[in-house]
Amino acid sequence: MPGLEDLYREIILDHYRNPRNRGELESPPAVRAEGFNPLCGDEIVVYLAVDGEQITDVKIAGQGCSISQSSASMMSAAVKGKTVAQARSTIKAFRAMMSLHGRALDGAGDGPAGDGLIGAGDGQGVGGDQGTDDERSGAEVAAAEGVVLGDLEALQGVVKFPVRIKCATLSWHTLAQALDEAATRA
Amino acid sequence: MEVTGQGGAPLDVARIKKDFPILDRRVHGKRLVYLDSAASSQKPLSVLEAMTRYYETTHANVHRGVYQIAQEATELYEQARAKMAAFIGASGPDEVVFTKNATEAVNLVAYSWGRANLGPDDALVTTEIEHHANFVPWLQLRQERGTDVRVLRLQPDGFLDLSHAEELLQGAKLLAVTAASNVLGTLPPVRRLADIAHAAGALVLVDGAQYVPHLPTDVGELGADFLAFTGHKMLGPTGIGGLWARRELLESMPPFLTGGEMIRDVRLDGFLANDVPWKFEAGTPPIAEAVGLAAAVDYLSALGMPAVRAHEEALTSYAMSALHERYGEHLVIHGPLPAHRRAGIVSFAYKDVHAHDMSQVLDQAGICVRAGHHCAKPLMRCLGVGATARASFSVYNDEADVDALVDAIGQADTLFG
Repeated sequence: MPGLEDLYREIILDHYRNPRNRGELESPPAVRAEGFNPLCGDEIVVYLAVDGEQITDVKIAGQGCSISQSSASMMSAAVKGKTVAQARSTIKAFRAMMSLHGRALDGAGDGPAGDGLIGAGDGQGVGGDQGTDDERSGAEVAAAEGVVLGDLEALQGVVKFPVRIKCATLSWHTLAQALDEAATRA
Repeated sequence: MEVTGQGGAPLDVARIKKDFPILDRRVHGKRLVYLDSAASSQKPLSVLEAMTRYYETTHANVHRGVYQIAQEATELYEQARAKMAAFIGASGPDEVVFTKNATEAVNLVAYSWGRANLGPDDALVTTEIEHHANFVPWLQLRQERGTDVRVLRLQPDGFLDLSHAEELLQGAKLLAVTAASNVLGTLPPVRRLADIAHAAGALVLVDGAQYVPHLPTDVGELGADFLAFTGHKMLGPTGIGGLWARRELLESMPPFLTGGEMIRDVRLDGFLANDVPWKFEAGTPPIAEAVGLAAAVDYLSALGMPAVRAHEEALTSYAMSALHERYGEHLVIHGPLPAHRRAGIVSFAYKDVHAHDMSQVLDQAGICVRAGHHCAKPLMRCLGVGATARASFSVYNDEADVDALVDAIGQADTLFG
């Protein structure tokens, strides 16, 4: 059974205590997208300033648990100043890292049922992220897309706690929405 | 624990724990401490055995077969209805309609009675502390028909603001109110509100999902016209709940779900509905679940509901004191302070640790608490929080369970302190 230290890595707690790019942008001109986790009430608002292909600024508002907040903070740092295409590649790599399927291919961790109780459920389809059908691991997708996950790799441990995956991916889904919205305006 | 019930003997929790096989389980190497009965209670062996026995010896569809086991299955199903009716003080079994849960019971009223009686010129009153199950059906009615939905607000002390109750109920046709808040444990003065509602000519729907499992329930004393309840929170199985309503009300209401079982006659150009309560039970009902629910009613009745309430109230009081003594101002308990004015539910916030993180830390200690918005987002907005951690108690919890919770909360400091 994974311990809490697998989930709450120091870098995650640092982003939680000192969130980067916290705040709001005037919208418009910035794109604003909201994400909700209906299961737990977490809310994330992503503000995106896009100039042509360039993401010139990102701000994050909302509230939620340490995992959702730190993931949003790391995400904002990862995509700020990048191009829209790079941001989409990062989303792709992150989603692959957060997918239970990718984890199984990595051979990481122990059995998903934890205590080995029959019928305890494997969390697949319940806590698992539905956002990807990519069967490659996060590292493979990152390499293929030319993306450096860096700090984001600290969130890898979340996959061992399937119900928390949606906490980690909430801001990324919201970012994807914001990018889609920005594309319709362009 | 020293608890003196008003009716039965004090609960012998050590013995009760033995009746619940799941409590033998270990999680992360720790004893399972289950403090999430407000979400769903655990099941005693007698419930599990009754359902297994039913499937092994008696199963057949109900109200159809002529043969022996079909007749026995029908009898067991109808006995369950009678037991449930007696448990809540109904005048007779035909006032209890089985549904799949309390949510479906409220929806039955909203769709059947609501759509027959509420239009754009009508109003209903509900409260800010309702579970979504007793809120969204009314919002939907407003969306569809323009019915005015008025809301009794929550006061900072965790009680409903009753100062505008008369005014709000003026001209309303329905009051939809919970008998026990699933987040705060608040026990609204249902009878007082029902009297005001009746004086204004409104009917009263009581959401008893968190009340019927924990307090002696008498629909007459509550002043209810409708009562929604669910089996899985009262030691019974999932998949069965019910609606109690006065017989003449049920008779006046059109069917909700239609199909087999609820019918008396069908011709090419129309149908005649069955008598109540079967008129509202379309399709094959949850028969084994009804058998399990009957066993749960027997289990609770043997303990005595006054003794159950006395135990849970004393445990809630103990928990609130212990949490306060250990953590002082670092821990905020949401809702009304005196334990005798709340159900066995304690929602809390520790320092600025998010409820999810708290629940994750407690899980490592084998402790199950709910973290989230508890399907009561209007209430969460009023409290100004996105989520709370909630411990809730049942007959199988004791002071040792509370002590485990109190000890484990502080472990969050190592990560979030």
